[in-house]
Amino acid sequence: MTPTKTTSDVTDSRDAGLAIPADDPPTSRRHDDRDIDRADDLPVANEDRTVLVAGQWKLIWWKFRKHKLAMLGGIITLFIYFVAVFVEILAPFPPDQYNSTYPYAPPQSLHLGQVEGEFGLYVNGYAVSFDPETLARTFVIDEEVRHPVSLFAKGAPYRLWGLIPMERHLIAPDDPSHPMYLLGADRLGRDMLSRLIHGTRISMSIGLIGVAISLFLGVLLGGISGYYGGATDNLIQRVIEFLNSIPKIPLWMGLAAAIPLSLPPLHVYFLITLILSLIGWTGLARVVRGRFFSLKTEDFVTAARLDGNSELRIIMRHMVPSFTSHIIASISLAIPSMILAETSLSFLGIGLRPPVVSWGVLLEEAQNVRSIAQAPWLFWPGAAVVVAVLAMNFLGDGLRDAADPYA
Amino acid sequence: MFAYILKRLLYTIPTLFAISIMSFIIIQLPPGDYFSVLASKMAKESDTIANTAALEAMGARYGLNEPLYVQYWKWISGIVLRGDFGQSFEYNRPVSVLLWDRLGLTFLLSFSTLIFVWAVSFPIGIYSAVRKYSIGDYLGTFIGFVGLAIPNFLMALVLMYVSFKYFGRSVGGLFSPEFVNAEWSWARLMDFLAHLWIPVIVLGTAGTAGLIRIMRANMLDEIYKPYVVTARAKGLSEIRLLFKYPVRVALNPFISTVGWVLPELVSGATITAIVLSLPTTGPLLLRSLISQDMYLAGSFIMMLSVLTVLGTLISDILLAWLDPRIRFK
Repeated sequence: MTPTKTTSDVTDSRDAGLAIPADDPPTSRRHDDRDIDRADDLPVANEDRTVLVAGQWKLIWWKFRKHKLAMLGGIITLFIYFVAVFVEILAPFPPDQYNSTYPYAPPQSLHLGQVEGEFGLYVNGYAVSFDPETLARTFVIDEEVRHPVSLFAKGAPYRLWGLIPMERHLIAPDDPSHPMYLLGADRLGRDMLSRLIHGTRISMSIGLIGVAISLFLGVLLGGISGYYGGATDNLIQRVIEFLNSIPKIPLWMGLAAAIPLSLPPLHVYFLITLILSLIGWTGLARVVRGRFFSLKTEDFVTAARLDGNSELRIIMRHMVPSFTSHIIASISLAIPSMILAETSLSFLGIGLRPPVVSWGVLLEEAQNVRSIAQAPWLFWPGAAVVVAVLAMNFLGDGLRDAADPYA
Repeated sequence: MFAYILKRLLYTIPTLFAISIMSFIIIQLPPGDYFSVLASKMAKESDTIANTAALEAMGARYGLNEPLYVQYWKWISGIVLRGDFGQSFEYNRPVSVLLWDRLGLTFLLSFSTLIFVWAVSFPIGIYSAVRKYSIGDYLGTFIGFVGLAIPNFLMALVLMYVSFKYFGRSVGGLFSPEFVNAEWSWARLMDFLAHLWIPVIVLGTAGTAGLIRIMRANMLDEIYKPYVVTARAKGLSEIRLLFKYPVRVALNPFISTVGWVLPELVSGATITAIVLSLPTTGPLLLRSLISQDMYLAGSFIMMLSVLTVLGTLISDILLAWLDPRIRFK
């Protein structure tokens, strides 16, 4: 940090930078009154001038863009959150729509060809056969039967975000009574694809809300710990060590099992989130504390203090903006662990409970070997968890590298 | 060294105290208290006079009608002084009878996994640092990341599915049926080891992933330092050079990570055991939580935490013994 950095500069770079600029590095030199970190140390003659005038967020973006895996992770993460936002449109059916004719129906594939005299999308029907001994139904895809399927077809009416009445679905059978199970059906003949998409919203939002609470606790306690140091710091560090030294899943189980069964699903959702974040804030607190420790002796903080700024103003205006990027990286690494925790609890049957649909709740169906041997497509929510967690880990890793000026 | 151990032991005491408070809170959390459940259960079962006396005796034993801190004191002093963890009302047996066997197996499983994690991540970590950006490095990193992203229970499920589908047998448990209740013997040990590898792999992947990355980063910090260049310039062979200097320096953080690997392993062991129905603490803990058998559940949570903290304590002392920088700080 250059000592010349003033209050207005910091505010400016933060405000301008929050929306990460998506444009390419400018080829022509731009007028920019922002300072560059450690500009004095750089061999100016050899450096491209554009680098020297770029703001902090622009530098981070350029560095991040070079990290291919992180870019891919970022794109997948954005896609998953896009799905979570437009759940009702993207899912062909409501999550609880069942059809007792088709329990454990295998996945169909989407075809393009002649159907009912027209060229279009279709899925094949099922031929059902009974095993006379076990009375078990087996489904075979019937190549002869073709059910037309359309994009933005009319299906079950719904309210988008509980507000806008709509009835179009991204993809749905023309005749709603025809089966369409692109990812197969579960034991009640419910569409796995629809349930998976609906589960996305709950699973991904629990990560976000949980991390928001963790972030609040982490920044507050980590900030206090790092800023004041001494006995306060020691106490908070002992609390963190304590929380880190106990096995989390048994503790989560103990707390989650105390949630009364009679509570409405929404309350259970918030309680679970609260439980997860009450134990999950420690990682963020450590990051914040570390940054506070390294920043509080910096010249620009001393300068701000000598200028007579209040403590709160020093923290909010001068210190926080210079580690926002680190916080964002830590957040993107904390969300996947929240998602995994929720999935594990719901899988055990003591987290979220039906009728709420989350990936963990869906995986509960896959708990015994016989049902997954019969219907391996019950694993799909598991695949979704793995993809989401991997993508966010890559994203977080890339962000962390990009935010670190020395890496 | 002695002063360090003493200081470390002193730090452990408040942690253990906090763990006991936390477990007590978990026992007290569910709405409706344990004794009313027990009373209604007993009333249903048989004549009331004998049971009223029994109930009153238990009420006095746990300080039922007294304030919470008295209850806490009676509970914790029973554990510390007499090894009395209370009564499991579902099994109608003392908790301590149910506890030790399963705790023992849980820790056997966790420590086997820890050894596995070390054995695997040590060579891979060194390799990917020395051959940075080679195919092997990328492969190791990738496998590590996948291990990190697949939740334990999912991996257990997939392994179960694969062995059921392709080998026609269901995996699970830690012993074959004929050995479940047998005494420990050579044959039982062999049988145990034959069952152990699946939970060990399931549990170990996540920790391995983390440790590979730590080992790699530590090695990368060391191998470009001047002392390594000097040693190389003096004509030391690459392998000897590697193991004589940078590996030894890089090893310390490797051991200190036991502090977070162990809680993760115990935590993961709980859920993996439920899926694979291992005779460890996991399934019994889940069952006791669902049936609100809180003395059993609370004791499990407490003892799992206590043993984890003690494991971490041992690893810290080991680390201080290995690394003078820590014991003289």
